Amino acid sequence: MERISDVMGRLGGVYLLPLILAIVAFVLIGAPSSWATLTVAGLAMGMMVFLMASGLSLIFGLMDVLNFGHSAFISFGAFVAASVLAALSGWLGADNVLLNIAALGLAIIAAMSFGLAAGWFFETVIIRPVYHDHLRQILITMGALIVSEQIILAVWGGTPITVLRPQFLEGAWIIGDVSIEIYRIFAFGLGLAAFIGLYLVLNRTRIGLLVRAGVENREMVEALGFRIDRLFIGVFMVGSALAAVGGAMWAGYETLITPALGGEMMIVVFIVVIIGGLGSIEGTLLGALLVGLTANYVGFLAPKLALASNMILMTAILLWRPNGLRPAVK
Amino acid sequence: MQTKSTYGTIAVRTAVLIIATLLLFAPFLFQDVRALEVAARICIFIVLVASYDLLIGYTGIVSFAHTMFFGFGAYGAAILLRQMGPGWDAVLLGGLAGVLVSVIVATAVGLLSLRVKAIFFAMITLATASVALVLASQLSQFTGGEDGITYRAPDLFKPATKLMVDADGKVVTLFGVKLNGKLAAYYFVFFTSLALFVLMLRVVAAPLGAVLKAIRENEARAEAIGYRVVAYRTFVFCLSAAIASLAGTVYAVWLKYTGPDTTLSFAIMIDILLMVVIGGMGTMWGAVVGAVLMVMAQYYLRDLMGAAAEATANIPLLPDLLNPDRWLFWLGIIFILLVYFFPRGITGTVMQKGVR
Repeated sequence: MERISDVMGRLGGVYLLPLILAIVAFVLIGAPSSWATLTVAGLAMGMMVFLMASGLSLIFGLMDVLNFGHSAFISFGAFVAASVLAALSGWLGADNVLLNIAALGLAIIAAMSFGLAAGWFFETVIIRPVYHDHLRQILITMGALIVSEQIILAVWGGTPITVLRPQFLEGAWIIGDVSIEIYRIFAFGLGLAAFIGLYLVLNRTRIGLLVRAGVENREMVEALGFRIDRLFIGVFMVGSALAAVGGAMWAGYETLITPALGGEMMIVVFIVVIIGGLGSIEGTLLGALLVGLTANYVGFLAPKLALASNMILMTAILLWRPNGLRPAVK
Repeated sequence: MQTKSTYGTIAVRTAVLIIATLLLFAPFLFQDVRALEVAARICIFIVLVASYDLLIGYTGIVSFAHTMFFGFGAYGAAILLRQMGPGWDAVLLGGLAGVLVSVIVATAVGLLSLRVKAIFFAMITLATASVALVLASQLSQFTGGEDGITYRAPDLFKPATKLMVDADGKVVTLFGVKLNGKLAAYYFVFFTSLALFVLMLRVVAAPLGAVLKAIRENEARAEAIGYRVVAYRTFVFCLSAAIASLAGTVYAVWLKYTGPDTTLSFAIMIDILLMVVIGGMGTMWGAVVGAVLMVMAQYYLRDLMGAAAEATANIPLLPDLLNPDRWLFWLGIIFILLVYFFPRGITGTVMQKGVR
């Protein structure tokens, strides 16, 4: 037994879990073509959830602030992107790929800038006064969530909104008898790019070094003379912007969005963060992939169980590792 | 910590006493259907909010699963009333089943997550509650899905039931109120709520209440003195879950309808949270004040906001925000301001007055 765990540890330890999950699912599903479709869907979903969850995890790790209003950024991102895409519908419908990409880029940039601005506002106005007080933090961010949801309802109304997709992301590639939606590939690619970007910034730059040091031991970083409160604002803004981009991607994936979107995704985001362990982006990625894959596999194998599957996954992992798979917080 | 005889405390207690009296005579004082509906809702929410206060105010645990337990009780009674027909046995069995399920789930969630950080617990309860909500709308053969269940309450509570009959065989009227089943139903709600509320007052006045406050104030110290913190927390979580479940049963009997929107939805969880914070955490009296204010606002503030929206119809965006459906927007802002400036809520702040 020890030998097995030793070998597993050398091969990548907990990072093997998504792989094991995929292999088990392959055996259970039996049909390679549906398995491939489900795996791609799961990976794409995982990457979008990763975008939404990474900010939450980092903010918690660095600042010890759990933002229950995080889902507001997800919803805002989705709605802002949908509005921009609707305004640029002429560009989207055009047969010109460049115009398509420009419209999509503008939508994502709009969502991102909104996330940055809203994150700054949130951090300075709402959360700053209640650092170090978890109870009031939870209450205040819940209050902020209520207000933001009501603003969304007031501005965009309660009826579902159709999200336009750029022409070149419509449709699917068909390889053999496997069909893969192009949008999923795109979502996966964007999520992967975000992960690599975050990873490089955190592990290869001076700012990343300070952030990681701050997660590890805040007082010591402050004692060494660094202005950690400025880092806080930066991380909070980036985290919020990532959530907004995740929301925008999710809007394009669902194509029909309602103001309840943020709240629904929030549960998944929480589960991902708990599974992954708070404070590390590797853990969040791992959790997001596990959740995405499980949701898709179980949805195919036992649709009745699909909704409870994330919960079961979380319970199982918490029983095994009470602090999540890769926690960075002491 | 003795705040017994300050005039702030006296003011709060007088207010609660007045509210209790008004609720006791509600059917005679406010003779229309809507007012009675409001009064019954206030009674039930006082119990629900007070049981939540046991958690958040006295023990410092933030749970988002309180509506889940409320729903267990309501669905227990609803399913059995539907299956077994209207009768007291169905209500009793349903209530018991609700409490049992609540306690089991609470123990499981508590043991799994109460030993970790408060914030983890909040997240896990949120996830559990959302799964319960989804299950309730999915398992439609038991729960009626999104539509919920309608059923008949025990015969005593039928509006056609005559509690007292005069010589002609007609219902006796007292101060212009017919003594019929509706009245019996209201007093059933009132007295069960009162009993549960008094029970909770006893619990927090008992040594147990002191231990809970000790855990809230300084967990490590309480542990060091020799109290088993995890056991106490789990116990309180179970107790408050059981009371919430009973409140749910009563509500189900009163409404004669149980669905995800009336018992399980996240909107109700937010209501409870708002009530407890507006009223004042950790006082029990706060639950009374908060529940009364919020339920009244829910029923009557909307009319006011509708008028305001019409008055400002020419200004952009403002009418949208003043739309009666946006009342939560304003409550949310009030909520944030309260948490900033009056973290003790209304009763907590008033009770501070006169303390030297």
